[in-house]
Amino acid sequence: METKLPPASTPTSPSSPGLSPVPPPDKVDGFSRRSLRRARPRRSHSSSQFRYQSNQQELTPLPLLKDVPASELHELLSRKLAQCGVMFDFLDCVADLKGKEVKRAALNELVECVGSTRGVLIEPVYPDIIRMISVNIFRTLPPSENPEFDPEEDEPNLEPSWPHLQLVYEFFLRFLESPDFQPSVAKRYVDQKFVLMLLELFDSEDPREREYLKTILHRVYGKFLGLRAYIRKQCNHIFLRFIYELEHFNGVAELLEILGSIINGFALPLKTEHKQFLVRVLIPLHSVKSLSVFHAQLAYCVVQFLEKDATLTEHVIRGLLKYWPKTCTQKEVMFLGEMEEILDVIEPSQFVKIQEPLFKQVARCVSSPHFQVAERALYFWNNEYILSLIEDNCHTVLPAVFGTLYQVSKEHWNQTIVSLIYNVLKTFMEMNGKLFDELTASYKLEKQQEQQKARERQELWQGLEELRLRRLQGTQGAREAPLQRLTPQVATSGGQS
Amino acid sequence: MAVAAGPGSGPGSAGGDGDDSLYPIAVLIDELRNEDVQLRLNSIKKLSTIALALGVERTRTELLPFLTDTIYDEDEVLLALAEQLGNFTGLVGGPDFAHCLLPPLESLATVEETVVRDKAVESLRQISQEHTPVALEAHFVPLVKRLASGDWFTSRTSACGLFSVCYPRASNDVKAEIRQHFRSLCSDDTPMVRRAAASKLGEFAKVLELDSVKTEIVPLFTTLASDEQDSVRLLAVEACVSIAQLLSQDDLEVLVMPTLRQAAEDKSWRVRYMVADKFSELQKAVGPKITLNDLIPAFQNLLKDCEAEVRAAAAHKVKELCENLPTEGRETIIMNQILPYIKELVSDTNQHVKTALASVIMGLSTILGKENTIEHLLPLFLAQLKDECPEVRLNIISSLDCVNEVIGIRQLSQSLLPAIVELAEDAKWRVRLAIIEYMPLLAGQLGMEFFDEKLNSLCMAWLVDHVYAIREAATNNLMKLVQKFGTEWAQNTIVPKVLVMANDPNYLHRMTTLFCINALSEACGQEITTKQMLPIVLKMAGDQVANVRFNVAKSLQKIGPLLDTNALQGEVKPVLQKLGQDEDMDVKYFAQEAIHVVAQKLRELDLPVKDSEEYCAAGPDKNHCLRPGMAGEDTGKEEAAVRDIQSPCKPRFGDTSEASINNGCRHWLTESTLLFLLHSLSCTDTRTQALDPESQLRPHLLHPLLHLPLVPLLFFFCLPYSSQIQLLGPERVSETFWHLLWNLNLAGEQSILVSLRWEPFCCTGIVGNRCCLRVSRSVLRNPAVGI
Repeated sequence: METKLPPASTPTSPSSPGLSPVPPPDKVDGFSRRSLRRARPRRSHSSSQFRYQSNQQELTPLPLLKDVPASELHELLSRKLAQCGVMFDFLDCVADLKGKEVKRAALNELVECVGSTRGVLIEPVYPDIIRMISVNIFRTLPPSENPEFDPEEDEPNLEPSWPHLQLVYEFFLRFLESPDFQPSVAKRYVDQKFVLMLLELFDSEDPREREYLKTILHRVYGKFLGLRAYIRKQCNHIFLRFIYELEHFNGVAELLEILGSIINGFALPLKTEHKQFLVRVLIPLHSVKSLSVFHAQLAYCVVQFLEKDATLTEHVIRGLLKYWPKTCTQKEVMFLGEMEEILDVIEPSQFVKIQEPLFKQVARCVSSPHFQVAERALYFWNNEYILSLIEDNCHTVLPAVFGTLYQVSKEHWNQTIVSLIYNVLKTFMEMNGKLFDELTASYKLEKQQEQQKARERQELWQGLEELRLRRLQGTQGAREAPLQRLTPQVATSGGQS
Repeated sequence: MAVAAGPGSGPGSAGGDGDDSLYPIAVLIDELRNEDVQLRLNSIKKLSTIALALGVERTRTELLPFLTDTIYDEDEVLLALAEQLGNFTGLVGGPDFAHCLLPPLESLATVEETVVRDKAVESLRQISQEHTPVALEAHFVPLVKRLASGDWFTSRTSACGLFSVCYPRASNDVKAEIRQHFRSLCSDDTPMVRRAAASKLGEFAKVLELDSVKTEIVPLFTTLASDEQDSVRLLAVEACVSIAQLLSQDDLEVLVMPTLRQAAEDKSWRVRYMVADKFSELQKAVGPKITLNDLIPAFQNLLKDCEAEVRAAAAHKVKELCENLPTEGRETIIMNQILPYIKELVSDTNQHVKTALASVIMGLSTILGKENTIEHLLPLFLAQLKDECPEVRLNIISSLDCVNEVIGIRQLSQSLLPAIVELAEDAKWRVRLAIIEYMPLLAGQLGMEFFDEKLNSLCMAWLVDHVYAIREAATNNLMKLVQKFGTEWAQNTIVPKVLVMANDPNYLHRMTTLFCINALSEACGQEITTKQMLPIVLKMAGDQVANVRFNVAKSLQKIGPLLDTNALQGEVKPVLQKLGQDEDMDVKYFAQEAIHVVAQKLRELDLPVKDSEEYCAAGPDKNHCLRPGMAGEDTGKEEAAVRDIQSPCKPRFGDTSEASINNGCRHWLTESTLLFLLHSLSCTDTRTQALDPESQLRPHLLHPLLHLPLVPLLFFFCLPYSSQIQLLGPERVSETFWHLLWNLNLAGEQSILVSLRWEPFCCTGIVGNRCCLRVSRSVLRNPAVGI
C-alpha cells in the first residue's frame, strides 16, 4: 500500500487539505533562514506513525451500531474500535480515500454512541477504547519546521490528520464525561504512563489539539484521584525543563490554565508541596523569554495562591523583583500589571514588609526611557487601594521614590510622563507636606553625598589595585625564578607571617 | 608583619602590609553588598583583589563565611562569584586549605539558575584537583554525597558532574559508595536528574575499573537508553560512544549492541537524530567488524529516515563514514551499500538534506578514485549544480578543489559556468556574496584563460552592485585575483576598467574606484600605482560630492607609503593641503589625517618637514551629533568590558560607527547616528543605557526629532544608507526597527504608520520579512489606524 512507503520517497502533493495556506514564495527578501524554510514544500508530519504500521488491511464499512440487536452491539463496537485503530497518511490527500471515509464514519458513530446511548460502556470495552485512543493520539511530535517559532507571530503548523484526530479527541472527551464512565475501571488503563504521554502532547503546535488536551486533562484530573499528585509532579517537570533547559514548550498556557483551576481547589492550610510549586516553579516561570504567551494564566495562578494564603506575598514579590526584566520592556509592562494585580489583594501587614524594595523598583520603572513602562508604573497612583496603602506608609514609600520622581520630572522626554509625575508629586505633597519639603531640601545634599561616595569608592579600589601591584612586584623582586602562580604565592607568604 | 615584603622590599612594599589595616573587612563587605547590582557585580569580579588585601587568614575566617551566608543574590552576581572561587585556592592559603572554598560553592551548586550551577560545578571540579587525597575524602566526597541526596533536583543534577573527578583518587570503600550514589541518580524520579546522569555516564565510565563498567555501568546504560523520556534516551547514545571504547569486541556485541540497534530505530526522531549525529564517533568506537555488520545497515535506514532532520544529520556523516571504513574492500562497500542511498538523497524533497549532502559529497571522489567518480559521482554533482536551492549549488562549488585533484575541473566546467552565472545574479545578496568569496578559488582551479573569457565580466559587474557588501567583497576579490594572476594581468584587464568608473555619474561608483585603488595598489606595486592610479585619485579631489572627496583623502593616506618622494612632495601634498581647506568638515578631517601620515613618511625619507605643515590631526570633533564615531570608539571597549546579558540585538555602537566612517558614507545625520538614534528610541534597557556614555545626548537628539514626523524622516535618511545598514545584518536592523515602530505604534502616531512604505527596505533586504510582517500586523491591530 502507498502508506507503507516512507513519505520521503513518495512525491507529496503540494496542496494538502487542512494545511494553512502556504504563503507565496518570498520574492522580496530571502535572507533570514526562516523565509528559506517557508519556501520549501511542507513535509510529512505524522510520518513517524507509519513506520510501524505494516500490512495495512483494507477497511470495509461495518453495519451501523443502531441497526444491530443489543446482544451483538458490543462485538460490533469492538470491531469498530479496531477499525479506528488503523492509521492513514494525511499528507497524501488522495491516498486511500475510501479507508479514510470509513474510519471517519466509524469515529463519528462512536462519538454519537458514547455520548447518547446508555449502557454501552461496559468493562470489556475499556481496554479497546483506550487502545484505540492511544494508537491515534500518542505519537512523537514531528520536528518543528521553524526553530524560532514565535507563538505570537507565526502561523502554527496544523496537524494534517486533524479530521480523524479531532473525532478521536471528541470521542475521548465524551467517554470521560459519559454518565456510565467508571473511573475505578478506567484507572487500570489510564495509568501514569498514559498521563505522561498525554502531557507530552501538550507540546503540539496545533492550538486546536491543545484545546482538546486541556479539557481532557482537566477531566482526567477530576476523575482519577490517584493520578492527581502524579499529574502535578509531571507538570512541574515540564515547567522546570521549559525554564531551565529548553525554553520551548507550546502548551505552557494550557497547563497553567488547568493548574489555575487546580490551585483554586487547594485545601487550606496549603501543603508545603504546593508552596514549593509557587516559589520554585511559578515564580521562575516569569524569567522565560516567551512570557507574553502565558502571562495572563501565570498571573492568575499567582494571585490565586495569594488569595489562599496571604503570608506568601513577601516571597512572591521578592521573587518577582529578583526576576525583574532588565532589557525587555514588553515584559516589564507585564510585570507591572501583575504587580498591580497582587497589590489589589495584598494585606496591609504584608505590604509593610515589601514596600521599600518594591517602590524602589517602581521608581526605576518610572525613570525608564520607554514611556509605556513609566506610564504603567505611574498608573499605580490611580489605584485607590494602592494609594491608600501608600498614604498609610508615606514615611517609607516617599523617601524610596522621591529622588527618582524629582529627577525624572525634570528630564523625561515624554510630556505625558512629566505631567503624570507632577500629579504624583502633588499627591505626595498633599499627603505629607512636611516630609515632602524635607526631602526636597535634602535632595541636593544627597546628590552631593552620592558623588562623594562614588569618589571614595574609586579611591578605595585604586588603593586595592595598587596594593595588589605592589605585592606582585614585591615577589617578583624577591624570587627571581618565574612563578606560575604569582598571586597565591604572595598571599601565602603574607599570611603565614 | 612586613614579612613577605622583606626580602624584595623597596621602601614602597614595606608599607604594603601595613595597608591591610586600612581596609577593614566591613568596608570591603560593604562594597559586596552595595545596593546597585552593577557595583556589586564589579566588586565580585575583583574578589581576588579583596582577598589579597585581607590576606589568607582573614579571607578564610571572615570573607568566605560572609560569602557563604549571603548567597541570595542576582544570578549574574552569583555567576561571577562561582567563577572567581574556582581560582581562589592560592588566596586561601594553597591546597591545604582548598576545602574552605567548598561551602560557598556547595550553595552555588544548588541554586536554580542553570548557568550559575554549571559554573559552580566547573569550579568545584577545578578545586577537587587541588585537594590532597586525604582532604578529598574528608571534605570533597561528603559534599558530593550531600549534593547527590539533596531535596531539590538542582543539587542532584550538580552532583552528577562531580563523581568522575573524585572517584579515581578515592579509596576502595569510598569508591563503592560513590558508585552507589551514581546508580541512584540514574534512576532518579526527576527527569532533569536522569538527564544530567545520562550525560555524565560516559565520563564516569572512563574512570571506573573495567569490571565495574561491565557490571554496573552497562546496566545503567541499558536502563537509561530505554527511559520513558526521549530526552534521556538520546543522551544515552552519547554515553554509548565512551562505553564502547572501553569494552572488547565480544563484550560490545553482548552488552552494548542490542541497545544501540534499538536506539537507531527508536520511535522518537530525536534519538535517531542523535545516532546519526554521533555516527562517526560510534563507528570508531565499535571498530570495523561491527561497523560492517550493524552500523552500515543502520546508516542506510537513517539515510532514508522519514524525518528530514535525521536524514540531514546522516547525510552530513557520509564522507566521514566512508573515510573511516577499512581501506580493504572499502570501494565495494561504498559502491554497493552507500551510493544507492546517496543517489536518492540528491533528489530529496527537503533542501536541508540536499544542502548537507552537497557539503560532503565532493569528498567522496578522493576515496572512490577517478573512474568511479566520473561514472557514478559526476552525474550527482551535475544534478546538484542544477539544484533549485542556491545553498546546494554553493556547497558544491565551495568544495570543487576535492574533485579537481581527482578528475580535473574541466569535466565540470561546462555545467559549472551556468551555475556560477546564475548564483552571481541571484536576487539574494547573501548568495552573491557567497559566490564572490569562492571566486579566487575558482580562478585558481580554472586558470587565467578560462577566467578571462567567462568570469571576468561577472567580477566587474559586482563592482557596481547596488548592495554595498557586494561591492566591498568585489574589491577584495579583485585584490586576491591580482595576487593570483600577477600585475601584468591586472594592468591589462582590471585596472583600466576600474579607472573608467571614476567618471561614472553615480557617486557610489566613483567611490568604488577609490576603494578598488585602496585594495589594489599594494598588489599592483609602485609603478602602476604612481602612473595609472594616482592621477585619477588626484583628479577626483575636485569631485562635487563630499563623500568622494574625503575618500580621496583616505585613499591618498593609504597609497602614500607606496609612492616615491617626488610624487608625494609634488603631487599628493598640494592636493591634500587643498582638501585640508575644504568647506566640508569631514573632508578637512580626513585630509588632515592623511597629511599627518604623508608627513611622517617624508620624514622617514629624511626630508625636512616644516612643523607648520604638520597638522596634529586637530583632535576629534566635539560635535557628537555629526561625528558619533569618535565618541563611539571608546564606547565599544567599555561595552565589551561589561557583559551584556540580555540584549543580543543591540547594535554595537562602536563597530557600526567605525564601519560607517570607513565606508565613506556621510550625511548630516550619518547612519551610525541614525542607528544610534533608532536604538535609543527603542532602547529600553536601563543598564546598557547607563553604560552608554552618550546617553546624555539622548534627550537633545530625541527632543527636536520627536516633534517631526519621525518615521518618514528616518526613512528618508535611511534610504541612501541602505547598503551600509545591511552590514549590520537584517536581524539586528529589523529588531531595532521593529522596536522603534512598535513603540511608535503604541504611541499612537498613526499618521506616521499609515505613511510607512516598506518596499524599498524589503527589496534591498535591510529589513527582514518577519519584521515587516510584525509591523504591519501591529499596525493593523491598532484600532486608531484602521487600515
